Amino acid sequence: MKVIMSGNEAIARGAYEAGITVASAYPGTPSTEILENLANYDGVYAEWAPNEKVGCEVAAGASIGGARSMTTMKHVGLNVAADPLFTMAYEGVNGGFVVVTADDPGMHSSQNEQDNRLYAPHAKIAMLEPSNSQECKDFMKAAFEISEKFDTVVLYRTTTRVSHSKSVVELGERVEVGIKPYEKNIKKYIMIPAHSRPKHYEVEERLAKLQEYSNNCSLNVEEMSDTKIGIITSGISYEYVKEVFGDSVSVLKIGMSYPLPDKMIKEFASKVDKLIVIEENEPYLENAIKVMGIKCIGKEIIPICEELNPEIIRKAILGDSAVVTYSTDVVAPSRPPVLCPGCPHRGVFYAVSKYKDIISSGDIGCYTLGMVAPLNVTDTVICMGASISAGTGLEKAAQLANRDGKVFSFIGDSTFFHSGITGLINSIYNNIPIVTCILDNRITAMTGHQENPGTGKTLQGKDAHSIDIENLVLSLGIKKENLRVVDPYNLKETEEAVKVAHDTKEPFVIIARQPCALKKDVIKKRAKLKCVINEDKCKKCKVCLKTGCPALKLKDGIVSIDKNACNGCTMCKQVCKFDAIEKVGE
Amino acid sequence: MNEVKSILFVGVGGQGTILASKVLTEGLLKHGYDVKMSEVHGMAQRGGSVTTQVRFGKKVYSPLIEKGTADVIVSFEKSEAARWMPFLKKDGYLVVNDYEIYPIPVLIGAEKYPENVNERLKAAVEKTIIVDAAGIAEELGNIKAQNVVLLGTLIKALGLDNIDWNEVLEGSVPPKAVELNKKALAKGLEAL
Repeated sequence: MKVIMSGNEAIARGAYEAGITVASAYPGTPSTEILENLANYDGVYAEWAPNEKVGCEVAAGASIGGARSMTTMKHVGLNVAADPLFTMAYEGVNGGFVVVTADDPGMHSSQNEQDNRLYAPHAKIAMLEPSNSQECKDFMKAAFEISEKFDTVVLYRTTTRVSHSKSVVELGERVEVGIKPYEKNIKKYIMIPAHSRPKHYEVEERLAKLQEYSNNCSLNVEEMSDTKIGIITSGISYEYVKEVFGDSVSVLKIGMSYPLPDKMIKEFASKVDKLIVIEENEPYLENAIKVMGIKCIGKEIIPICEELNPEIIRKAILGDSAVVTYSTDVVAPSRPPVLCPGCPHRGVFYAVSKYKDIISSGDIGCYTLGMVAPLNVTDTVICMGASISAGTGLEKAAQLANRDGKVFSFIGDSTFFHSGITGLINSIYNNIPIVTCILDNRITAMTGHQENPGTGKTLQGKDAHSIDIENLVLSLGIKKENLRVVDPYNLKETEEAVKVAHDTKEPFVIIARQPCALKKDVIKKRAKLKCVINEDKCKKCKVCLKTGCPALKLKDGIVSIDKNACNGCTMCKQVCKFDAIEKVGE
Repeated sequence: MNEVKSILFVGVGGQGTILASKVLTEGLLKHGYDVKMSEVHGMAQRGGSVTTQVRFGKKVYSPLIEKGTADVIVSFEKSEAARWMPFLKKDGYLVVNDYEIYPIPVLIGAEKYPENVNERLKAAVEKTIIVDAAGIAEELGNIKAQNVVLLGTLIKALGLDNIDWNEVLEGSVPPKAVELNKKALAKGLEAL
């Protein structure tokens, strides 16, 4: 049966067909839909973990216990999971173990553009790179076979355009592999120095065997045609190369990109006049090919920064520029991402925006958008969980420099569970008087509404214990008088809490609790709630626009509210000094 | 000859571009075409400019559309049509929803929303089709169906009205939304 699937749907399908039984992951664009889809298949246990390290360790344990297992993450998630990954490279597997990294060339929704192919040689594990949805499915089955055959973790690398593009997939049947028996084997599964030393030799021997396999497997394909130009490529770049050149050049398509098929590459290079390496971001293939002593062209014509597309390749190699067809003098206004209409984060940021002496350390989530004008709250964002710890450092630097001011750290519920808790422990332990604002919107919002340890539901829809953030924070050592729980839709209450927190000299926590405005049940509940402007009372002072709500519209000096966008959160009503905004509906 | 057609959906996060392209790809797949579609999720969703690209033919490699090669651009928001116009192929259709969404820079007065957009688009591209999809959908009972109105116009522009799209809709939208979407599709077909 043929269906159309995204790369992520096909990865889930491939894992299912390969007989996977355990998967654990933390959501992250562009990887999230893999586990969401896998969770729907019978015979598979799939869970959201609080972070990628935990997800990787759960899958590692399941593998040791004999289950075919998988963990998935976005590229930066692998930095978090790198610790277990590198040691599992030594321990190897029992049931097949696949680690999916979905990289984001072009940074559609990421903080950096790291190329995770470099992890495979660093960790000394096998790596596969599919180019389209059919391969996403087929390579997953190959990944589990390689993992068990060579006793290795397999790094399975996609990119945004592979994960989020849809193409036609031929479905297959699930192979029931069951769970392998577990046998205690401390030399394999306890990595103390005495066991690790011989393991390192084994890992090197394993790589030699994997390279032999890479040279002979069907994952790497030579497509010979005219031999004036030979192109070596992998992943989505292969599709772009075929789009531009069709069958007019020879191509070596690399599907197993670590260890590389050295003999195949040498043979292919010897058959073509000019060898070009086409790959996104880092010169991963190019450097390896050059180390083999083979002359090739790569990054001198193909850019390192941002994602590739057929146009860039066409121009770099054929010198063709895109045809300019139509143009207009209409200039489209810039459209930066913004906090949604009715977003509960808005209340806290609005309250904080009134203080000019606050330095705000932000975090990864929708609330990064507190940085956008007119709110302009947030000075720094580094990575998941860094808000509280970076805030601690900012406060310390300010203290040592005798600078006035106050540090506020902003972190969402899911990011707090991910890796914010340890930062808060540190700030309390070392008595750093920062204000931690936990923006608890009861969901992992930005990646598309995933459950988390605070929502009371699991990935597979079962009821779960919901972590009580108040009690957690108190147990870590925040004093009762230094904790405020507020409804960010109530501006007065929120402003009061911000004021008290601003003036305190001790570690302080504000929990701002109101569910995400885009949650299905919230949309349903608030569907009829609207704010409307009373034209007679409106003095056109535009203070409501300072909330940065995109439901408000200023045209020809008149402010109006888009009734299709408004959810009646009343933030604009609460800031209006002339009582010119009314709430209607129930 | 392997002729590949390319359709570029552009709009603002939350307007339903993804569902429209999903219905389109399902219909094309049923009709025996090779189809690829690319969309971007994540932070770009939140009120940002969004695109979905669909390509179909006998064999499709790249899911991405190159500049100057889109057979049809469907713009869910007026000014977005201007932003993406360079992707349109010579003699291609520019289907435009007669609907404005003001971004924050315009709301706070840092930028201006362009004037007389419809007329200026028409002056630039001969085959510009302005559809009041939001108005039509609202009249039918739900503005959300604007995406399927535009899909109808797109189908006409591509000459794909021989496919049974009502059957595709039945398999792609929730049961209670089927009737509304069928009406929306018919209205969209009439618009060209």
